[in-house]
Amino acid sequence: MTGAPILEAKAVSRYFGKFQALNNISVAFRPGELTAIIGPNGAGKSTFFNVISGGIPSSAGQVLFEGRDITGLAPHDFARLGIAKSFQITNVFKQLSGHENVRVALQMRTTRFQILRPREDYVTLIEQADALLERVGLTDSRNKLAGDLAHGQQRSLEVAMALACDPRLLLMDEPTAGMSPQETTVMMDLILQLSAERTVILVEHKMKMVMGLCKRLIVLHHGELLADGNPEEIRTNAEVKRVYLGQN
Amino acid sequence: MKNTVIASIVFARQHRVATALAFLLVFPFLMPYDALSVNILIFGLYAVGFNLLFGYTGMLSFGHAAFLGVGSYLAGISVVHAGWPWWAAIVVGVAASCLAGLVIGFLAIRTRGIYFSMVTLALAQIVYYVFYKAERWTGGENGLRGVKVEAINLPGISIDFLNPLNKYYVILVFVALALWFVSRLLNSPFGAVIEAIRENEKRAAACGYDVARAKLLVFVLSAGICGLAGALRALHLSIVPIDSLHYLQSGQAVMMALLGGMGTFFGPFVGAAVFLYLEDVVTNLTRYWMGVVGAIFMVFVLFFPKGIWGTLLHQIERWQRRQGGSV
Repeated sequence: MTGAPILEAKAVSRYFGKFQALNNISVAFRPGELTAIIGPNGAGKSTFFNVISGGIPSSAGQVLFEGRDITGLAPHDFARLGIAKSFQITNVFKQLSGHENVRVALQMRTTRFQILRPREDYVTLIEQADALLERVGLTDSRNKLAGDLAHGQQRSLEVAMALACDPRLLLMDEPTAGMSPQETTVMMDLILQLSAERTVILVEHKMKMVMGLCKRLIVLHHGELLADGNPEEIRTNAEVKRVYLGQN
Repeated sequence: MKNTVIASIVFARQHRVATALAFLLVFPFLMPYDALSVNILIFGLYAVGFNLLFGYTGMLSFGHAAFLGVGSYLAGISVVHAGWPWWAAIVVGVAASCLAGLVIGFLAIRTRGIYFSMVTLALAQIVYYVFYKAERWTGGENGLRGVKVEAINLPGISIDFLNPLNKYYVILVFVALALWFVSRLLNSPFGAVIEAIRENEKRAAACGYDVARAKLLVFVLSAGICGLAGALRALHLSIVPIDSLHYLQSGQAVMMALLGGMGTFFGPFVGAAVFLYLEDVVTNLTRYWMGVVGAIFMVFVLFFPKGIWGTLLHQIERWQRRQGGSV
């Protein structure tokens, strides 16, 4: 509960035409706290994720990162400020090797528009990319095309790419979507490790998964903030039970 | 035998500029006549410039004739109306096409996919019309005549530019420089960024890359290379035909890149060579060259979407994998 929030949403609303996907949501995320945003289908989780990660602008309200107004900044500005994300639908560079995927992502902090120097000159980047691949358990896939990797591996690769910009805040949209139970366990371990060194916020559909993992849960329903608390509080919250658990 | 072929192609890919140069040095002696070799050289460069945008960045422009034409016309105008030397004409041609690339690119990169193609096509048509109407400067329908460069004067040496073989080697110097530049660019960090953008724009932006700026930069560079091809063509032909700006010329870049193999370094050059060589052979036999082109093009799009060079590389990579690794 200490310190200024790392990320803060102030009265955020988002309309799609007349449909209100998010209604006046205010949440503050504290540094170092592993938080999950949950809710049934259509709760506005993904919209909220997109608003706080720069995917889409909010219709009203503000998003603050470390006290700085980041509402409406371009996606690449988010990465440069120290906010990385992994998408719900896997987004990797399919025709590039696993190593090159991570190397390109790393390169952003060193050079972006260098035209005449060979990539091989940046030896540190190559080494760092190998280290990140090892971190997510993809050393064996170093030279394979990202598109040829298994689904779970592609998701891990995406996490490595998100880590490449050394973010202070890591946003993950359904990190275990479509994964096998074994892959899910591996990914959950990884998330737990990562949350020890930086702030992680996940959006998740599977409540069971996040219950054991996160310290704090935020429940959205019909675009509104329904509940906010630790797993125990959420488990016993009557409103949450009604709208969420009742469905399963 | 097979291993030798594979080994030499692996070598070619590692030393691509040197290989291209070695091949292009003897190329005129493999062709039926020198003017055809010069043509292939120029259009090979044009297709390489186009491929930088299409094959490596994934942006299909249907308006690249604008840059070939602007390069040609501005180089021609420098010689005919301003009386400037040949090298200044080349500089002006390249600079003008970069500028045209900046303006057209700035407007076009706001769109994606088919809309991008349509916007580039429309803007290129505007360029066509402007040059068509500016008859006093461009000769309008007749084209710009009298781009006479009789000798290339360098310190201590004068080269007879009317001799086709000399012309070939002078133009080769510029083409080689441009190929070197493209090769460096593709190997650079920025080369990695444009490939990343081709693969996944959203992810590239999430990695912190300003996609719009990168696209604009590569658009301008691509335009500049096509402009260089245009400027060289003006010097080669001694006239600038209005056809240079025609949308068929834009389509030719697409065809050459697809025929040879988009997104490969040598592909566009191979495509240009095959296209122009066939055109030369077939037009001697029949009037229906366009029909033949259409048929060839369909066969490639349907059965060899990677193009001639691309398919070859693909086969080699398969052989390599079957033999368990490197050759």
